[in-house]
Amino acid sequence: MTATAPPLIEVRNLVKHFPITSGIILQRQVGAVKAVDDVSFDVRSGETLGLVGETGCGKSTTARLIVRLLEPTSGTVTFEGEDVTGRSGASLKALRREMQMIFQDPYSSLNPRKTVGSIIAEPFVIHGLLSGEGERKRRVQQLMDRVGLNPEHYNRYPHEFSGGQRQRIGVARAIALEPKLLVADEPVSALDVSIQAQVLNLLRELQREMGLTLIFIAHDLSVVRHMCDRVAVMYLGKIAELGDNDALYGFPRHPYTGALLSAVPVPDPETGRRDRQLLSGDVPSPANPPQACRFHTRCPKAQEVCSTEEPLLEDKGTGTVAACHFPLTRDEVTLRLPVALTEPPDVPVAGSERA
Amino acid sequence: MSLLAVEDLRVQFVTDDGVVHAVDGISYAVETGTTLGIVGESGSGKTVSSLTTMGLTRGGSTRISGTIQFEGRDLLQASDEELRSIRGNDIAMIFQDPLSSLHPFYKVGTQLVETMLAHRDLSKAAARDRAVELLQLVGIPDPQRRVDQYPHEFSGGMRQRAMIAMALANEPKLLIADEPTTALDVTVQAQILALMQDLQNRLGMAVIIITHDLGVVAEIADEIAVMYAGRIVEHGSTNQIFSAPQHPYTWGLLKSIPRLDVGRSDELVPISGRPPSLINRPSGCFFHPRCPYVRDRHRRVDPRLEPVDGDRGHEVACLLSAAVRGKIWDGLRSGRDAESLRGLAETEQAAAGSVPKAGT
Repeated sequence: MTATAPPLIEVRNLVKHFPITSGIILQRQVGAVKAVDDVSFDVRSGETLGLVGETGCGKSTTARLIVRLLEPTSGTVTFEGEDVTGRSGASLKALRREMQMIFQDPYSSLNPRKTVGSIIAEPFVIHGLLSGEGERKRRVQQLMDRVGLNPEHYNRYPHEFSGGQRQRIGVARAIALEPKLLVADEPVSALDVSIQAQVLNLLRELQREMGLTLIFIAHDLSVVRHMCDRVAVMYLGKIAELGDNDALYGFPRHPYTGALLSAVPVPDPETGRRDRQLLSGDVPSPANPPQACRFHTRCPKAQEVCSTEEPLLEDKGTGTVAACHFPLTRDEVTLRLPVALTEPPDVPVAGSERA
Repeated sequence: MSLLAVEDLRVQFVTDDGVVHAVDGISYAVETGTTLGIVGESGSGKTVSSLTTMGLTRGGSTRISGTIQFEGRDLLQASDEELRSIRGNDIAMIFQDPLSSLHPFYKVGTQLVETMLAHRDLSKAAARDRAVELLQLVGIPDPQRRVDQYPHEFSGGMRQRAMIAMALANEPKLLIADEPTTALDVTVQAQILALMQDLQNRLGMAVIIITHDLGVVAEIADEIAVMYAGRIVEHGSTNQIFSAPQHPYTWGLLKSIPRLDVGRSDELVPISGRPPSLINRPSGCFFHPRCPYVRDRHRRVDPRLEPVDGDRGHEVACLLSAAVRGKIWDGLRSGRDAESLRGLAETEQAAAGSVPKAGT
């Protein structure tokens, strides 16, 4: 059903370069951090798209460009058929009603001097909705109840809540205007393990109920596995691989995806331990990324052509698109990934209807 | 004799709000060449217990009791002087945040050299050579150049490697790693864990790894202690903990984490509520306010860590009978929810009179 509907968001050739300057008074640009470098993808209405990758791969920047917290260097972002780049003033404000964000740190993303009630009511104030005091309070308390907070705590301050509860406050604020798109940037990585599941379940419930489209950013591949319909793996500002959850996790084609999955510790001593694919070294600097395929400096399968010719994102016939000249084979995947992951029989073999 | 034997360790902090029972009577032992994983959430006392081993919680408002025997010596009775000669020498520690535990003003090499000169009679030049060697050992490329760089010039993974190099400088017998990979990306985490295992095999040291990540302990620990509210609630070999966990809190942890090898159709089962205050602790079993299988008796009786029948080396502090626990875990494993398994605990309640239990 979602496949036929037009995508909610179309990202085309999105680029964001942050200038590196030198000099104190007379600043001149000496280079650029290529945080996001020519990224294109769609977000379908009602789906959860995961963005994963290591620190500095551009996943958060991509999300911030989509919700227009940052202005792209070039490229377009289309929301419901309309280009949102370059918007400002009233038209940007109207757009913001439709897209909201949940931040990683539940401590610094809530104003410590405001009560929870006024934090959650803020979106209504900004957009001039629900003018009556009583009406606002009622709505805020409904929202608090909805996200599992006690509505009687309306007048409390953020410091009186635990990390998990604060993240619920952030969620309540984000869904207050009933947006179409919710961007969650590492929403559970600051939370304790037993609390993580509470917040993840809440997000899934809300998505089902409100028909939200979710962009879910995380570095934890297990969390993304649990939450997302489709997953985009980013490396140094580019998409390395993109595909359906089961396809990508069951048969990753890009060696980087394979290495990421291979590195995740699995809480099962019997099926978890395996011959790991260890990547050597660190991620190269995005100010000076490697030529051609950006992964070739760390890739176990790299050959001559990888450093001269940039691979394009193309359908690999197993349900994902990957940018690689020498995609992983079934045998390589079986060898390196946790046993239980490669076993499920429902991994699509020829899912080429996806473009 | 164990390399490290902690016996009935209690650590309390006296604060304006009351006494914080950070560690409440824990015992464990670590043998040379093995790895103990201590798992728990923030505030479960896992870090405080290891800081106490290092003598880093001493202070006017701290009350410490019990014994910590290291090679037969009680570290709790040792003078500050004696502790200084052990710290960084026989026992070394790696902290979670490498940026804040390296001194920003000094070169990495200088800090490594200092560690060695504090304990060894070495010339500065020899210590520097050894520093380069150590950086090489932990896999930092171009160590000759790197040794003269400052911590801010290192990436996160490299800083953690430098920390490990520093911890290994004097070839410690025991390495305590407190959340050594939590701040790192998965790929770097895998590198660091592999490095720690490799070094352990080569140098034959004992390792205590403190983490909230069950995946990490499954990969590298031989033995696991699960901590909750300052106590060890379950203790056993890694296989025992993962194949036949006994404590409802351990079940909760295992069922609430998203896993790579489980598809998205499965719901996560969160542990309800949140960890208790360590000032005003719950009555009876500390876990009872969050336990789905709580019975009346559990609110009054405080369970002790006791051996699990028929599973050598496996201990648990739970008032449910072994038979009921086994049935509940079988149910949970086959995908049933806690709600539907509650009845199993109830049947026990009816027969409670006949179940012998050594409570307090």
